[in-house]
Amino acid sequence: MVDKIERHSIPDRSAHERIKDFEEVALGFNLEDAIEEAKRCIQCKNPKCVGGCPVEIDIPGFIRLIAAGDIEGAIKKIKEKNSLPAICGRVCPQEDQCEKVCILNIKGKSVAIGALERFAADYTSPLSSPSANSFPSPSKMERGAERKRGGVRIAVVGSGPAGLTCAGDMAKMGYNVTIFESLHLPGGVLSYGIPEFRLPKSIVKLEVEYVQSLGVDVITDVLIGKTLTIDDLFKDGYKAVFIGSGAGLPSQLGIPGENYQGVYFANEFLFRVNMMKAYKFPEYLTPVLIGKKVAVFGAGNVAMDAARCALRLGAEKVSIIYRRSRTEMPARAEEIIRAEEEGIEFVLLVAPTEIISDDKGRVKQVELLKMELGEPDASGRRRPVPVPGSEFKINVDMVVVAIGNSPNPLVPKETPELKTEKWGGVIVTKEQATSIPGVYAGGDIVRGSATVISAMGDGKAAAKTIKLFLN
Amino acid sequence: MNFKILREEKLAENIHLMEVEAPLVAKAAKAGQFVVLRIDERGERIPLTIADKDPGKGTIEIIFQEAGASTKLLANMKTGDSILNLLGPLGNPAHIENVGIVIVIGGGVGIAEIYPAIKAYKSAGNKVITIIGARCRELLISEKKIKEATDELYITTDDGSCGRKGFVSDILKEMVEGGQQINLVYAVGPVPMMEAVSNITKPAKIKTIVSLNTLMLDATGMCGVCRVTVGGEIKFACVDGPEFDAHLVDFAELKTRLATYKEKEKKALEHVCRLSGS
Repeated sequence: MVDKIERHSIPDRSAHERIKDFEEVALGFNLEDAIEEAKRCIQCKNPKCVGGCPVEIDIPGFIRLIAAGDIEGAIKKIKEKNSLPAICGRVCPQEDQCEKVCILNIKGKSVAIGALERFAADYTSPLSSPSANSFPSPSKMERGAERKRGGVRIAVVGSGPAGLTCAGDMAKMGYNVTIFESLHLPGGVLSYGIPEFRLPKSIVKLEVEYVQSLGVDVITDVLIGKTLTIDDLFKDGYKAVFIGSGAGLPSQLGIPGENYQGVYFANEFLFRVNMMKAYKFPEYLTPVLIGKKVAVFGAGNVAMDAARCALRLGAEKVSIIYRRSRTEMPARAEEIIRAEEEGIEFVLLVAPTEIISDDKGRVKQVELLKMELGEPDASGRRRPVPVPGSEFKINVDMVVVAIGNSPNPLVPKETPELKTEKWGGVIVTKEQATSIPGVYAGGDIVRGSATVISAMGDGKAAAKTIKLFLN
Repeated sequence: MNFKILREEKLAENIHLMEVEAPLVAKAAKAGQFVVLRIDERGERIPLTIADKDPGKGTIEIIFQEAGASTKLLANMKTGDSILNLLGPLGNPAHIENVGIVIVIGGGVGIAEIYPAIKAYKSAGNKVITIIGARCRELLISEKKIKEATDELYITTDDGSCGRKGFVSDILKEMVEGGQQINLVYAVGPVPMMEAVSNITKPAKIKTIVSLNTLMLDATGMCGVCRVTVGGEIKFACVDGPEFDAHLVDFAELKTRLATYKEKEKKALEHVCRLSGS
């Protein structure tokens, strides 16, 4: 019976249509498709998928409820473990996690776990049906408020995926949690990094509000390390601190010309477009350059996001330029396919050697060097080897460098007792404890550039450790 | 969060002072640091130096010149209005020690930014000689306040309407050539002014610190827009600065980067003027 139903994939808006705006690309299941897809799950006695989920969602449990048509029950089941299902359902690399180990994946047809998670969240969301009141129901708000009054105080630094998860879990355990966010909006990379067309900001807002409804306070415009120090937090009565301050300064190509006008690091470009809504300039006052011919260096999710934003802003031609081959591209397969459908050009096995400007310091060309693949390197991917004398130039008027970033330097810099790796990552035990008693860390501040879900896994692990520490 | 404007004052044509309620910032702020603020939902994040603070009262002072859309909108705000977002104090505090004789130089709206530095150098035991300059008498700000804080004060205006006719760098040049003992120069102002100062002190081997007003966005060590080449290396003004050794700064590159949004800024200003009907 299982084999009779094909895996349902969620529909995308047509490429032709979607490149004209910043609205969401993937459309999600309707109720019928979701129930049918849920019925494909064979409800393994020893489900591998749960082990593949960094936040340990009871995957067969919520899928069983969807199959039975109890969507409210399904979302409650998910939220026992995951406070951010509408986000995870959209941006988790399920193909490398739960869906990878799904028993049906032996035939390459795993249950569409991610799409079902997204469906459960969206179907019960106040956004899709104003009558659905999964949150914030008054009773939940009150419960949160009650917890707050009595609870031991916990400070969380940063409101990205790691911080929100740690805060949500700690609030559910009965602690009184305050998140300190330096930017003007909560969400961290979910707000400034991932574009609207992949993760609508209304959804981020709603899931942050859900965490708030659990009793978590979110205070924006406070930069821990500057406005207040970690020390100040303890003096103020907080009993434990979780640092989830996220990504930091961009990695550089280290070639001439990186500071010319028109050369962006991806974080800046995406911050302007997503956080500051520069795509609505001048209605929103933050400007962004609109390139006609745009070169994006790198091939991860951030590079795909930057390329697709540049296209939507009005670029004529956007090229992803990558020094290895398609097989080694770190972005999610579906995002690579979507980028390709939208007309992004992939220039593979070439690396930039120089950025060239006009007489006013504006980028006008990049010089590239051809590569071929050699032996695998430390990352297991085949190392690109330059082909001598193969330099060539292409004309561009905008460049986005998307080759990663280091952990945010601020908290470590202002907290000398906090031990870090040479490359800037905060050193933690496998329980997320740092070198300072009572201080825990997780997400990009520990890992460098990683995924939303791994940051959430860290936040969850830290919450458990903090509970043990306080008891 | 909301940050209430408790007092506003027009210091000169297009130059405004605002005292803003920001208790945590006021408590933590040190000389040389700045804030990033956003007026409303559609606003930019703009960096402004903390011109003064009153930790007891829980306020900071910002001084700004109407230059683009955002500063124009800020100038339109009145006492009692609230700024939507304000983050700080940002950047490293000025590195203040007792070196002997310090020349502090401020140009244009940069004059506002040197006051905390003058006070800090003084209280560290230095003799502080201050040179301030503006285009004309009407644009010269903070003169009285600075006069009270510094040991000596020199004033220049481009048109000679106040003090010496000429530039702040002219006075510095005379001091250097006249053999005045100078242990440190600290300069804040337009990039060409800071560059001119640096060009005088470099051959004389006088240590010179400049506080750079680069473009900023998050200003927390993430986006990288504030990068500047210092001694051949990329540095980030928000976490490595804003103060740098003037003799190592690539001023030409800084000027190019600051001009990135020139066209866009005009468009934004037109948009704002159209909306406000002015």
